Amino acid sequence: MAFDKNSNGFTFTFAAILVVVVGTLLAVSYMGLKPAYDENVRREKMQNILASMNVHVARDEAPAKYTELVHAPFLVDASGKKVDGDAFALDVLKQYKDWKAGVVRPEDMHYPVYPATHDGQTLFVLPLVGTGLWGPIWGYVSVKDDGRTIYGSTFDHKGETPGLGAEITQDWFQKPFEGKTFTDDKGDYTGIHVYKGGTNTTDPHGVDGISGGTITSSGVDEMLMRTLAIYDKYFKSAGTTDLTQR
Amino acid sequence: MSTEVKESPQAPVVAPRSPLFGKKERKLITDPLNDNNPITVQVLGICSALAITVKVQNAMVMALSVLAVVVVGNMVISALRNLIPSRIRIIAQLVIAAGLVTLVDIVLKAYVYDVSKQVGVYVGLIITNCILMGRYEAFAMGNKVWPSALDGLGNSLGYAWILMAVATVREIFGSGTWFGMPILGDAKAGTGLYALGYMNNNLIILPPFALVCVGIIIWVQRSRNTKLVEAA
Repeated sequence: MAFDKNSNGFTFTFAAILVVVVGTLLAVSYMGLKPAYDENVRREKMQNILASMNVHVARDEAPAKYTELVHAPFLVDASGKKVDGDAFALDVLKQYKDWKAGVVRPEDMHYPVYPATHDGQTLFVLPLVGTGLWGPIWGYVSVKDDGRTIYGSTFDHKGETPGLGAEITQDWFQKPFEGKTFTDDKGDYTGIHVYKGGTNTTDPHGVDGISGGTITSSGVDEMLMRTLAIYDKYFKSAGTTDLTQR
Repeated sequence: MSTEVKESPQAPVVAPRSPLFGKKERKLITDPLNDNNPITVQVLGICSALAITVKVQNAMVMALSVLAVVVVGNMVISALRNLIPSRIRIIAQLVIAAGLVTLVDIVLKAYVYDVSKQVGVYVGLIITNCILMGRYEAFAMGNKVWPSALDGLGNSLGYAWILMAVATVREIFGSGTWFGMPILGDAKAGTGLYALGYMNNNLIILPPFALVCVGIIIWVQRSRNTKLVEAA
């Protein structure tokens, strides 16, 4: 052998070449497969928006159904005013993290609204983001055209405890949201609470939390209370021009 | 070709121009299935066997991912074995393992997104699966590419069948399904066995039961294969 493979020079050279080769390989394959991954994420978002209206479709059918039901999504700012911008492209989870990290001021945050027609009525799908026990939780609720009644909901999470916090993805947790309102009869904001230890199912502004999943339940409670307050401002200010049968 | 063998003292002597599927080669595949099973005999890769065996589908994806990483990694390391400086051989093996695992993760995200969401965390942890480093260090560093590939295949199949067996038991008795198909009736609607008052056992879904399962497999295996039993 012409060289000593245990010399320092060769060791460093070998390590450098190996790392560069592996790094390049990963970078190239990541760039190559990223479009497919992004498309999966985009379709999943459509699936979730549809699921909040109790429309469940396979991922492949999501774009078609989404285009059929959802019309002209828009953004509202923190005071509930409609603003310009691409609602679908806004990464609300990133915005939420930036806010938590102090990068974005709360008054600069934007909130997407997805108006949709389903089941013969106009619905408004609203995304929610919050923090559970182990990481981010998020969801979508659809609101009826009275601007206060929940039509349907869907929640998901990154890594909540299976069987406990992760139950927020289950029907039994999501169903009770239907028909709940986040303002009282006088129009004052009440939000929707997730109660520990259960609540009277006739409470129009509250649902039952998850036993053993208290912190996740509180996270859902917090994200509902915080985000619906913003949307409530929008629904109140929009009046009859935007909300068809208000 | 045959001079390469001399440099690695631990290498079993593989004759030049050995047949593709001679007795030795077949043994490389069959040994890890039973006599030298990575999970039940070498007791490697236990962590993932506990974590990922709640659903058969996840177990299968995990097993296939490990198979890809071990076989390809074994081949790459075997091909580089005379170049890898011995002082940094573990680092070099780790770089290759980590690169392959990341590659598998990217591919899963692009093509089987739903599964990748469920097993995503564990795929990253394949890097720490002892079977990988065990095969890289103990076999691929001292053997030619073809036997290394077979060794990787054998060991990952040995890993796979235990995973699938445990996952089958856990999914059927824990969730009443197999590959997601209801086979004991519908728990919510109360049909099939559930109509008779049968309930899914939640203990089976929890990780400790996987340990019980693996223990039972080890017990059965050793009572059938007495040469595995250590002398008292």
